[in-house]
Amino acid sequence: MRTVWSICGMCTVRCPIKVEVDNNEIKWIEGNPYLLGGSLCARGAAGEALVKDSEKPQTPLIRKGPRGSGKWDPVSWETAIDYLATKLENIISKYGARSIMVSTRGGPWQDMWKAFCFALGSPNYTNHDSACGRNIHHASLSVYGVGRKGFALDIKNTKHLILFGRNILASLGVAEVNQVLDMMEKGGRLTYIDCRQTLTGIKAHRFFMINPGTDYALCLGMINEIINQNAYDAEFIEKYVLGFEELKKFIEPYTAEWAAKECGIKAKNIKEFVSEIAQQKPQVIFHRGWMLSRYRDSFYTSRAIHILNVLMGNIEVPGGQIFTKGAADCQKKGPRNFSSLVKKPEEKRADGVGWRYKHFDAGPGLFHLFYDAMLTEDPYPIKALICYRHDPFTCFPDPEAQKEALDNCELLVSIDTHYSEFGWYSDIILPESTYLERETPIALKKGTKPYLWLRQRVLEPRYNTKANWEIFLLLTERLGLKNVFPFKDIDEIWEWQLEPTGFSIEDFNDKGFIPLTDKPVLYDREKLEGKFKTPTGKIEIISNKLEEAGFPSLKPYESPCRPPKGKYRLIFGRSPVHTHSHTINNPLLHELMPENTLWLNAREAQKLGIKEGDLVDIIADSVKFTGKAHVTEFIHPEVVYTVHGFGREIPYQTRAYNAGFADQKLMEGLLQRMDPVGGGLCLCERFVIVRRSSRNPKRRVEL
Amino acid sequence: MNRYMIYLNTKRCIGCHACEVHCKTNKKLPVGPILCEITHDPLKKIKGVPKTEFYFRSCYHCEDPYCISVCPTGAMQKREDGIVFIEEEKCIGCMLCAGACPWHVPQFNPATGKAVKCDFCKDRIDQGLSPACVSKCTTKALKFVEIKPFSA
Repeated sequence: MRTVWSICGMCTVRCPIKVEVDNNEIKWIEGNPYLLGGSLCARGAAGEALVKDSEKPQTPLIRKGPRGSGKWDPVSWETAIDYLATKLENIISKYGARSIMVSTRGGPWQDMWKAFCFALGSPNYTNHDSACGRNIHHASLSVYGVGRKGFALDIKNTKHLILFGRNILASLGVAEVNQVLDMMEKGGRLTYIDCRQTLTGIKAHRFFMINPGTDYALCLGMINEIINQNAYDAEFIEKYVLGFEELKKFIEPYTAEWAAKECGIKAKNIKEFVSEIAQQKPQVIFHRGWMLSRYRDSFYTSRAIHILNVLMGNIEVPGGQIFTKGAADCQKKGPRNFSSLVKKPEEKRADGVGWRYKHFDAGPGLFHLFYDAMLTEDPYPIKALICYRHDPFTCFPDPEAQKEALDNCELLVSIDTHYSEFGWYSDIILPESTYLERETPIALKKGTKPYLWLRQRVLEPRYNTKANWEIFLLLTERLGLKNVFPFKDIDEIWEWQLEPTGFSIEDFNDKGFIPLTDKPVLYDREKLEGKFKTPTGKIEIISNKLEEAGFPSLKPYESPCRPPKGKYRLIFGRSPVHTHSHTINNPLLHELMPENTLWLNAREAQKLGIKEGDLVDIIADSVKFTGKAHVTEFIHPEVVYTVHGFGREIPYQTRAYNAGFADQKLMEGLLQRMDPVGGGLCLCERFVIVRRSSRNPKRRVEL
Repeated sequence: MNRYMIYLNTKRCIGCHACEVHCKTNKKLPVGPILCEITHDPLKKIKGVPKTEFYFRSCYHCEDPYCISVCPTGAMQKREDGIVFIEEEKCIGCMLCAGACPWHVPQFNPATGKAVKCDFCKDRIDQGLSPACVSKCTTKALKFVEIKPFSA
């Protein structure tokens, strides 16, 4: 029996784990006892079922029928790498390296494929974030000058946590969930805001069921009331904030009474809430959320949430938002990364970010804008798309519209552990080993107590799959980039990464991670000058950068469109037993939740003649699904809700195949509906028809 | 006299169902049997907030279990500490135990062709550890409790 320290890969929270393994068989997986006290969620528990699942690509596959036909040639790694490299070389010679686009799911290990993209000579590295946190990130940059990962939330020590649709206990990360429950055990308060009740909302002390799409109105009403009651941290604002007077003037019409009317709640409750947080500040956290690509004003909602935090003065205090610290803050050096070996090409990006759209962060840009470039060849053609651990057909709306653009590409590559819907449509699938069968490079986990971490191989691969770094090394060597990435194996990579840090790989043996500090590192709250990386060095309620790009810093409120008669707004969310589409076919998680349901307000259901468990048709324009209804009074009458990730159409995944329905496939026409200021897509702006399905039998005709 | 029970702190339970999978993976169970379960009541509004409570159930480890008296091979047994367990070698998979149990706790394991049920992970208890569901509960809501006679 041996113990392997590793990192869970069942979702992108990446909880540190400890695994007992004997003779290439897993005996026990638990959360790292030093960081998580052994706790692990259902998905983490089902890791071994992922390894043993045969319904995933078992060897490299090259497409032989038309795209999406599901006809594959199983090939050796040598053939696959050669095929891919030859295609890439042809495309480079015909259209230039810039016509290659690389996308990864974000996270600590995106560095390798970003470096690959740049080493080829293409600036077009991107990720999934325009369907996720881009609005929050851009709003955070515009207010604090630091991105959304620039602060750690000290939830455990806060006195009041406010969640705008952040379903924190269902989209769960083990450490964060325990912080919330510890906070509540110590008497902390929880306020939850959503247009339906959730696993998080049932724990809340206060629940605002608001009209869908009116989050911004509620934020404005809260800001107004905070200023009205003098419930803000005047000293903090005086010292660090630019534009408070403008805010006071702007906010005047948005009274609590106004917000209550717009949101469909009571003004008295907003006022009581503000009186409460007035006593609790600065230990009050308005959670900025992770995914806020919902409405046309989500960027400004996010900005208003950041401003609410600023008014509480909750920065760099226990129980508030604390700047994440890196190696330098601990007087240490961080590990080397692959990006340091290459120079970002100077070519302008095909998504227009950085030159056409100067107000967006040019880091990963915006994936969906590349589809424009594919269709129009403006500014230049995009001919190849490599997706590492990313399924744009599930992540972004309207896969059929995506296919139209992708049909202009000569090469589509999927590198993933499972069949993604994009992979099924692609030209070549390179199967990555599951997280329990692969290592990863070392990463720095920033936070109040930063540490170094890595994933170590627990098992030898069951099928003919390879680790991310193995695929990377094979491909770069074949493409003549060995001089740029001169590594033989993971041991050499780790050694090279660790060299500046003074640590060795053996230092991970004790606890699975290398702490860079014993105690949380906090800056002196009186001396935060220079920490806010805005142009003025202040927290900018008024941002000249935004105004120069033609956008107001504080946007007047506009009501969202209401659904037309007979239609409902389609919204989506998470369940604690699935991670989007990745886990739907996992045998043990499928057993817990084999399909999703359509949540529908009880009164509306009555009008439509729909009862609990009935089959219902959900209709967009040309896309129609039939699924089961869940009738509840605890959802707003204008919306219908479902769990994202279902409705998969890959025949090899027999459990997930056509089980439930796919919200993103119903989102016809949303692929280019972008929040113009934040760059996030407006994923909650699709209305659908719901009716009782004719497939509900009236009588049994057969025996 | 039963010595043990599993207690759920409903305030910490978030209904994530991890316990059910931790149990299954520890016992190497295939799709089919699930030996413990989390359930909840329909939501009800309390002071303006729709609320519910979660419940945990595995085996009650009865004082005088019907499953033992009905077992034809003596596979179903009770330890001195009250744990009701199945001695796998003796079990013939007839499932009379499931029929006799008012809650149908014993389940059929298609991988072995035998019955399987919660035994508080007795192998772990004997090593001074907690059952798998308790050890790895996402939020530390489950506790393995030793029942002691009340003494003033």
